Amino acid sequence: MENQSLYPAVTKTLTGIQGFDEITHGGLPRGGTTLIMGGPGCGKTVFALQSLVSGLERTKEAGIFVGFEESTRQIMGNAATFGWDLNALAKKKLYFFDARLSPESVKAGDFDLIGMLSLLRAKAEAMNARRIVFDGIDVLLGLLDDPVAERREIYRIRDWLAETGLTGIITQKVGGIEIDQRYNFLQFMVDCVVILRHQVVDGSAFRSLRVMKYRGSPFMGDEFPIMLTKEGMQLTHRGPTELKYAVTDERVSSGIPRLDSMLRGGYHRGSFVLISGSPGTAKSTLSGLFVAAACRRGERTLYVSFDEGAAQIVRNLRSVGIRLAPFQKSGLLKMYSTRTRGPNIEDQFSNLRAQVRAHRPRCLVIDPLSALSTKVAHIASADAAQQFLDFLKVEGITVVNTSLMDGISSNEETATGISTIADTWIHVSYVVQDGERNRALTIVKSRGTGHSNQVRELTLSNKGVDLTDVYAAQGRVLMGVARWEWEQGERAERKRTQVSNELKHLHLQLAQAEAAARLKVIQTEIEAREAEIAVLLEATGSASRLVKTDRAALRKLRHADEEVGRGRGLGAPVKNGVGGH
Amino acid sequence: MLRLYVAGAAPNSLRAVTNARAICEGQSAPGFELEIVDVLKHPRRALADGVLVTPTLLRVSPLPTLKIVGSLSDKDQVLLMLVAK
Repeated sequence: MENQSLYPAVTKTLTGIQGFDEITHGGLPRGGTTLIMGGPGCGKTVFALQSLVSGLERTKEAGIFVGFEESTRQIMGNAATFGWDLNALAKKKLYFFDARLSPESVKAGDFDLIGMLSLLRAKAEAMNARRIVFDGIDVLLGLLDDPVAERREIYRIRDWLAETGLTGIITQKVGGIEIDQRYNFLQFMVDCVVILRHQVVDGSAFRSLRVMKYRGSPFMGDEFPIMLTKEGMQLTHRGPTELKYAVTDERVSSGIPRLDSMLRGGYHRGSFVLISGSPGTAKSTLSGLFVAAACRRGERTLYVSFDEGAAQIVRNLRSVGIRLAPFQKSGLLKMYSTRTRGPNIEDQFSNLRAQVRAHRPRCLVIDPLSALSTKVAHIASADAAQQFLDFLKVEGITVVNTSLMDGISSNEETATGISTIADTWIHVSYVVQDGERNRALTIVKSRGTGHSNQVRELTLSNKGVDLTDVYAAQGRVLMGVARWEWEQGERAERKRTQVSNELKHLHLQLAQAEAAARLKVIQTEIEAREAEIAVLLEATGSASRLVKTDRAALRKLRHADEEVGRGRGLGAPVKNGVGGH
Repeated sequence: MLRLYVAGAAPNSLRAVTNARAICEGQSAPGFELEIVDVLKHPRRALADGVLVTPTLLRVSPLPTLKIVGSLSDKDQVLLMLVAK
């Protein structure tokens, strides 16, 4: 089954504008017409000129630039700021046609471009030009003051382009509903439409480009942020679509041993850490500890602060026992302070990237990242932020970001997207209890680590920073003085219990001894009784023997006759002559 | 001295020729000479004079130079402009 496309494949020609050729899969339609629309100062002329110049470099195609709005000198002057040496080029492959109507011209009646186009055709043939730009055509056609006539002339240009086979770029200023309505038809006539925008949000400039239409070809229709750099216009580099970076099991210290153990070792090397919390919750302190630990390991570190001077930060940290000055001196630590107001966000990240490249840190702090988040409303900023973070990931830099957040759920973190990117998220909050404010630290999440979900109390003193256990007693979390009191109470209780136990032990021992003693007494008594009984028995025995003996003697004494006489009555006859009758 | 640049036989250009001639031959015109140049045939001359749009009427003399662009449909107005200093 053959797959047939609806349209014949469109031949394209490169513009040389980085990013644009990619989103259009090859550049502008060759032999067709492209319309560049945008308000004043959006970069239409830059786009048009750059596609001539850069396109020339890539494809060796000569081009003609017809300027209706600016003089040739003006245009070339603007181009020079981008480092394009137009003088050299103009000699062979680039021709500037000043099509401005001189100031002393007066309009009287209808006119057309027939003459001009024939001039241009002659020129194009002479230089073998393949591209042509009509820059600011609305300036000229506006003079016609007749929409029908304007339309006619534009059709004329389009047909002319089709005839000559030149690739045409027309730039047109838009702005104001009237103008837009007037030129609305243009969009339908041409093969490709590109819209440039220039917005100012909170004092920062955002430029963007969007391909609105591309006949016969797929294209990426999103609005892309663009930059005007030293080299010209380019779509902000989105970075690699595939995020490849090495992952390691190595851990780096957070600066607080207790926190390291809560995280089962510390932060992952090369990960992003987010420390959030209300103002004054010691986020900078935690950053400082991280930095100090990194420097002690001998690792280069960069501390980026917004709206607070480096000297101030170092001084504040010193008051809690963190000394960064020696590391600054040795060159391991670089402190970079900048303002959030001022340069636009892309420039900001550009600066940061340059700083990172210059200092080559392994560890980085951005304090606070949320300073930039106010500017992140625009898609360009979110892009720029994302790219910068991607860059850091690829470099394997461990980053600690602080963020001003009152609660865990807030709009800010979603604006920068850092909360989803962050591998570890630590939140410090205030707990007000019993007339005291104490700081509570909790690990909200830590990817790739089982972590303690317990809240710890963060204490700051001139001796340093520590994490202590909090007590959950009777359903309340106790911190600060309350905790101390409770601790004391606990200790006292333990003591009491111990003493009481010892006492009991003693009592029992005594009782046991008593019992043993009593046992002894009873045993002695038993022995005594036994002895008595023995004596008694002895006595009884002798007594009965005695009785028997006595009785026999007595009988003897009495006459044996009596015994015989009586016969059997007295017992057995005495046969033996015992006794002396 | 007037020079009219035209683009061959394009409709606007033809109108301009007619109108220009009418102005020059009219009574109120103080003896203007009219030269007609076809841009399609003589492009370099047009470029030399800085003419791009057609039709364009150039008042070469008396100075200052005046360029009138268009088909010259409003003859009275054109005449006024031509004679004005």
